[in-house]
Amino acid sequence: MQEFETVIGLEVHVELLTRTKLFCGCSTAFGAAPNTQVCPVCLGLPGGMLPLLNKTAAEYTIKAALALNCTVTPNLTFDRKNYFYADLPKGFQISQFFYPMGTNGYLEIHHNGESKKIGIRQLHLEEDTGKLSHFGDIISSPYSRVDFNRAGVPLMEIVSEPDIRSAEEARLYLQKLRTILCYLGISDCKMEEGSMRCDANISLRPVGSSELGKKTELKNMNSFRSVFRGIEYEVERQRTILLSGDSIIPETRHWDEAKGITRAMRSKFVSADYRCFPDPNIPPFPVDTKWVESIQASIPELPDAKYYRFIEEYGLPPYDAEVLTGTKELADFYEEVLTCYREPKTVSNWIMSELMGHLNAAGIGITEAKIKAKDLGKLLQLVGKGEISGKMAKSVFEEMFATGEDPELIIKKQGLAQISDEDTLDGIINTVLAANPQSVQDYHSGKKKALGFLVGQIMKETKGQANPQLVNKMLEEKLKSS
Amino acid sequence: MHLFTLTAVEAAQALQRREISSVQLVRDIYDRIDNVEPQVRGFISLLSREEALAAAENVDRMLKQGVSLSPLAGIPMALKDNICTNGIPTTCASLILKGYRPPYDAHVTTALREAGAILIGKSNMDEFAMGSSTENSAYHLTCNPWDLQRVPGGSSGGSAALVAAGEVFFALGSDTGGSIRQPASFCGVVGLKPTYGLVSRYGLIAFASSLDQIGPLTRDVQDCAYVLEIIAGHDPRDSTSVSREKERYTAYLGKEIKGQRVALPVECFGEGLEKEIKELVMGALAKCTEVGVSVYEASAPSTAYALPAYYLVAPAEASSNLARYDGIQYGLSIRSGSNLLDLYYATRSKGFGAEVKRRIMLGTYALSSGYYDAYYLKALKMRTLIRQEFESIFKDHDFIVTPTSPTVAFKIGEQKDDPLTMYLNDIYTITANLCGFPAISIPCGFVEGMPVGLQVIGRPFDEGRMLQFCYVLESLLGLKGRLAEMKLKEE
Ligand SMILES: [Zn+2]
Repeated sequence: MQEFETVIGLEVHVELLTRTKLFCGCSTAFGAAPNTQVCPVCLGLPGGMLPLLNKTAAEYTIKAALALNCTVTPNLTFDRKNYFYADLPKGFQISQFFYPMGTNGYLEIHHNGESKKIGIRQLHLEEDTGKLSHFGDIISSPYSRVDFNRAGVPLMEIVSEPDIRSAEEARLYLQKLRTILCYLGISDCKMEEGSMRCDANISLRPVGSSELGKKTELKNMNSFRSVFRGIEYEVERQRTILLSGDSIIPETRHWDEAKGITRAMRSKFVSADYRCFPDPNIPPFPVDTKWVESIQASIPELPDAKYYRFIEEYGLPPYDAEVLTGTKELADFYEEVLTCYREPKTVSNWIMSELMGHLNAAGIGITEAKIKAKDLGKLLQLVGKGEISGKMAKSVFEEMFATGEDPELIIKKQGLAQISDEDTLDGIINTVLAANPQSVQDYHSGKKKALGFLVGQIMKETKGQANPQLVNKMLEEKLKSS
Repeated sequence: MHLFTLTAVEAAQALQRREISSVQLVRDIYDRIDNVEPQVRGFISLLSREEALAAAENVDRMLKQGVSLSPLAGIPMALKDNICTNGIPTTCASLILKGYRPPYDAHVTTALREAGAILIGKSNMDEFAMGSSTENSAYHLTCNPWDLQRVPGGSSGGSAALVAAGEVFFALGSDTGGSIRQPASFCGVVGLKPTYGLVSRYGLIAFASSLDQIGPLTRDVQDCAYVLEIIAGHDPRDSTSVSREKERYTAYLGKEIKGQRVALPVECFGEGLEKEIKELVMGALAKCTEVGVSVYEASAPSTAYALPAYYLVAPAEASSNLARYDGIQYGLSIRSGSNLLDLYYATRSKGFGAEVKRRIMLGTYALSSGYYDAYYLKALKMRTLIRQEFESIFKDHDFIVTPTSPTVAFKIGEQKDDPLTMYLNDIYTITANLCGFPAISIPCGFVEGMPVGLQVIGRPFDEGRMLQFCYVLESLLGLKGRLAEMKLKEE
């Protein structure tokens, strides 16, 4: 049977976390009543001009370009992309068509311990459109409503090269992109809220071929999971068509999350020609080297650098390093625990199993957690010193997670501290031995199982708080000498 | 004596001396409007007498209280109907914006309001400022007050006619390829297109963004300087507005012009120019030489391509600027169809007139992929070339002088069906727009009883010296502040 190679390129839009829109002073806050965050400029009213560019949006975009290893344009210019649609108030979108902010970059994904570079063709700044709402299906809806609060919000588009070879790689690319942008603090990248949107160009070609096959553009994937599922479905659909000898119709398809299928969209307009030209209202804005340098200097250590450093410096397995560098906050948490308890792998295990397990169960992120890194370090110290058992530590952790309290305080309150005091233990051991003469006799007559029984009795007597290693040692010494 | 015959500055001075009141000025203007407007038809919408009188009373009260007001406080004026006025219809003379009331004021509207000038109404124009005769208004014709059978020019024809007919003391227009200067020339008034970026375009409904500029139409050069002083200045709401020190243009008036050097580009005095107009312009320059100005021939060969370059750049930008009139948010909306596309087709087919459609199609074509490089990009290069030639002339000359228009005002209907002839009206004026340079038209005489304009083009932001030059020339010619000698019924 014919073997195919999957070729995927992703176009990702992210809303930037600026306070105001790209060309006017309107707020970008999410969730306001429809059409309340608007003005003559972003509504495209007759005579509404374009005022000064939001410099923060430009700065964020340059930051992203640098973080994604792009070449930054020396001149910031904007162009008009002309098309008609009800969510586009001016009849054109202001974008960077001729000179994108960044070109020729890449990002790295890690999969099963292997690394792969995915090319970034370009990255540019543009305005978002308004938002249409329909009643049920777009076709059967009797009318539609439009909210222009989102119109003019700064949007960054990142276009990858067709370097992605599977749905899994697509997901990893998207996750890495999100991680980087979140590290930079320029977008919250919430796919569910629409602050991160992803379209996929998908095609198949015979293995060994270097030509690109006919592609479809897949839209409407509203979560990382649906990106994965949508692409998997579309790849299979195309494979089936190609195997049957038919050819792919180049078209835009919609991912239907509920049905788990992709559907061809009824094409609204044949608008391949956007008639782009430089926007005559926006003079070019020079991007001087000093500005770029100061932006570069403000970029924190990025996930890849952190990933390699965690492997190198802490001797972590690649999987652990990948998970721990997943967000800047988690990585920072990890390193803060390390300052109190320098056992990198032990700390990693605790964070990846206990902490992340609890976070997932609570449905919160690390920043919302009550537990403090220093306290987790303290808890691990106590375990390390043998003051509490691993099992007890887990129950203390639970309490710490729920209340954010100091572990020592919890231990004291619950009387959980391990009894490691030899004098106290000596008395208890003597009592147990006196109460079980038969077992002592059994032990001396060679029945070693009796030792286990006696330890059990001592643990029972101390409600499990006796240090088991110490009890074993003291009991054996006592029996041997008696 | 009728007050409407005064210039804006004369009326303002009488006001400041408290010899007359703003209320009297407004009453006199409305009487004049009642008399002549039915024949001129320069207004597209007129504020009620009561409304204007209320504003005038306010100014009178402040003057009485000794409040120091701007020199033009209390003076009645008109704004071209593509300049946004909060709550007052602003239609661009188009059906697509019929009844549209903007929720905000343009920068110039605010500036004049704050200066205390009294808005009387909005003036007629060619639809979306596309045309040279005001015949492209979707509402009605405007007649030239000097001869009611003739056009007032365009696209700011209403503004020019109202000033010439004594219906307002001054008006604002917009100039994309000559739309202030050509009607000023046809109606015998002064019209200035400032340097691109001097006057904020915030609230000016765009035709071609890289060419549009707002400017005054006035009875004389002095009035022009006063109005410019009020409307010029940096505005952060227009990113092409230039940030520079505010200038006192009126301070230039009355200084002598001895030693100034004028260039006459040979290309603007050749074929197509009426002989009598050429003689009037040369005659005016001869008078300048008497006061120490030297006149030289010069050449800017690329100006031969100015018209084609203009008719690519302007329609291209217009095709994009006018895309917003889609029947969704405001203006005409024909919703009888079954889907969005039907709505677009119906609304835009009905809402736009023939000339606007022609230019949208020209521009759409010029920007289409495969044609962009050959047309739009080439036109931009031509623009640079023309600018360089003008800059080189300006290296050793102060001004470039040309006729404003190759002909005097033509008969209504004469060129209506001949767009290419109509486009030639702008042949001497469009270069200033393509370069972004300031240019002014002042009356320099009459041919067959119709006014003729002389155009002075200056270096960027050299409006002060241009006004100084024109102020002297105007007094040498003895044509200052003449109203149209209308054969109208008087009371
Ligand atoms: Zn806004």
